[in-house]
Amino acid sequence: MDDFLAARSQMALSLGFHIVFSCIGMVMPFFMAVSHYLWLKTDAMVYQNVTKAWSKGVAIFFAVGAVSGTVLSFELGLLWPTFMKHAGPIFGMPFSLEGTAFFIEAIALGFYLYGWGRFNPWFHWVTGVVVGISGLTSGILVVAANAWMNSPAGFDFVNGQYLNVDPIQAMFNKAWFSQALHMSLAAFAATGFAVAGVHALMILKNKNVDFHRKAFKIAALFACLAAILQPLSGDHSAKDVARRQPAKLAAMEAHFHTEKGASLVIGGIPDADAERVNYAIKIPGGLSFLAHGDFDAEVKGLDQIPKAFHPPVAITHYAFQIMVGLGMAMLLLSLLYLWALWKKKTDRSWLLKLFVVAIPLGFIAVEAGWTVTEVGRQPWIIYGIMRTADAVTPMPGIAYSFYLFTAVYLSLAGVVVFMLYRQIKMVDQLYDRPQGVKEYH
Amino acid sequence: MLTVVIIFLWASLLLYLLLGGADFGAGIIEVFTSRANKTQTRKTLYRAIGPIWEANHMWLIIAIVILFVGFPAIYATMSVHLHIPLTIMLLGIIARGTAFSFRHYDAVVDDMQHLYNRIFGISSVITPLFLGIIAGSTVSRHIDPQARTFLDAYIFSWLHPFPVAVGLFTVAICGFLAAVYLVGETDTPSERQQFVDKVKGMNILAVGCGGLVFLAAYWEGIPLMDWVFGHPLGLLGVLAASASLVLLWYLLLHGKGTVLRILAGFQVMMILFVATYRHFPNLVLLKGGGYLSLLEHRGQDKTIQALGLALLLGSVLILPALIYLIYSFQKKEPKQAPVY
Repeated sequence: MDDFLAARSQMALSLGFHIVFSCIGMVMPFFMAVSHYLWLKTDAMVYQNVTKAWSKGVAIFFAVGAVSGTVLSFELGLLWPTFMKHAGPIFGMPFSLEGTAFFIEAIALGFYLYGWGRFNPWFHWVTGVVVGISGLTSGILVVAANAWMNSPAGFDFVNGQYLNVDPIQAMFNKAWFSQALHMSLAAFAATGFAVAGVHALMILKNKNVDFHRKAFKIAALFACLAAILQPLSGDHSAKDVARRQPAKLAAMEAHFHTEKGASLVIGGIPDADAERVNYAIKIPGGLSFLAHGDFDAEVKGLDQIPKAFHPPVAITHYAFQIMVGLGMAMLLLSLLYLWALWKKKTDRSWLLKLFVVAIPLGFIAVEAGWTVTEVGRQPWIIYGIMRTADAVTPMPGIAYSFYLFTAVYLSLAGVVVFMLYRQIKMVDQLYDRPQGVKEYH
Repeated sequence: MLTVVIIFLWASLLLYLLLGGADFGAGIIEVFTSRANKTQTRKTLYRAIGPIWEANHMWLIIAIVILFVGFPAIYATMSVHLHIPLTIMLLGIIARGTAFSFRHYDAVVDDMQHLYNRIFGISSVITPLFLGIIAGSTVSRHIDPQARTFLDAYIFSWLHPFPVAVGLFTVAICGFLAAVYLVGETDTPSERQQFVDKVKGMNILAVGCGGLVFLAAYWEGIPLMDWVFGHPLGLLGVLAASASLVLLWYLLLHGKGTVLRILAGFQVMMILFVATYRHFPNLVLLKGGGYLSLLEHRGQDKTIQALGLALLLGSVLILPALIYLIYSFQKKEPKQAPVY
């Protein structure tokens, strides 16, 4: 494996790993806070039980998310020193603020996890809410930094020099809002479906049914709301990408030739050499409409972009298809759930089974979406300014580092799954206490 | 604003050394505790660091963000030439953080605990060891941007007696800090005696390692003697550190925990001060007389302005919350009977 590919793979692996934990770490506190609120309001023990069980999950995911995030802040330099040397001072603003948000999250989590019975109950609850808000804020800030790589702003690039740096302008680049919105909704949908699915599985197994039913409902409502809003945000993002990064949009859609009334390509196998897509479903005018809101609009194809600046078409296209496909599946499931809720049929086992099937869907979509935005930006690390190949570390032997991190992350993922399995297995003994039993963990 | 940024950089390094260091030290102490006392030690340790341990490690992130935003050339050079020790340190951070939370949050208590404990112990030593090696490398003039071979550029940039001695010294300091911190957390005189012994042991270890650092510096021709003793300010720092140490030993058995902590913290602060002030504003000394300076190798003014503002804003939000967190969990028992 050559060093450049190894560096990209290691970065992809680290981000791909971190993104799962940070999504859960920033979304689950909201579930936890809702359940906690319901307990404070209704005094129903089951909500306290759910809250405590979830808070253990939050603690595990936060810890893993925090260390994998720390690793990333170093890896940016370890793998891409040339990029950081120039980009650090420009896009560093969101990172400086993120440091604060993350710090507050850690402090609030300390209060929350260890605060049972120590503080005023509502103060305790507020610290839980702060965990969620600061986690979400730090997620948005990190995405704003990534958005800058797609839509560089806040400096003048003159003869290879980065002049007139304005970090605030860099932070509020053109892509930050659409990316941050899309990612936040994705985090809610992915975490919501994963959590709801696990509880659905336990209801189907007929274990601690009341406990799991309450937990399921909270997670499912969050998931469904996010999944229903997500296509709107996706549409906004697509139009944004069409304006700013025509090469990325063309790769997403495997759109080789510039044309008016371009069709929307669904599925298929792109053949980059022959510049066409085989076996795809095509909806005439669909791409023009989605990208520019007009069935006859011209959509730039890859033929207008020099070959050296083409992103890998097949990967970007497949990843985009997977993301959209799964997004649609989650949208349908959400509508189905809301219908069932209205008809009071949410206990039907076919519905619960669908939720079990949906456990991984959101996270697969998150990984795919992230692949679209990262691979679709290639060969650039800073779009139109610096190529990824020019940013990589001069140190040879990165392949070994990649193997090492792969082993570490795989075993970590294994242990986390194992831990969750044990948490869920122990719900009966640790968490699901009857009303009136006061006991501490 | 540059001054603000530099102060924050120094302060976050200090706080990481103190708080993160005490945290690493807790793991180091666990390694050095006899089998019979391990469970009790682990309990004391967990009660003491549980609520704040995540926050303790945030200081490293703050320092690294200041470095890559404000002083990107320094961050890039260190990232390239100290790639290997940085990677090992990161693996230590991953292993330690996850093992610590896994052993507490694993719902089933069984043999897995041994694995978590072992990983926690080993990584508690490795991480500060390499942190110290990295710190030692930055001032020992082994980093050579012109190096041609892999060994010169990426191995002998850090693998020398001096950085390794600094690494060992860092480990001993962490153990010392933790032992002092934990003295104040003990319940019974016998338990206190145990930790007092640990303070003494760690202190002797630290002095020994400190000697090694001077020896290694002499061996490699690093003018450490001059840095430490060659300027009245340095001398004053050394005197202050020694005085606080004497006082600390005197108060070990009966003094208040807080006083002991302040004394130990002050001592480490003096050590960091003495170790850094003479080459300020140079953060990294390169082979052949070059250097990377906080004044020369910094981002543009607007960046420094924005960074300084972000740090000030951050500290207004963080510090009161952090202090309240530490204060709240100082008290060992909930102040009232649990209402729920």
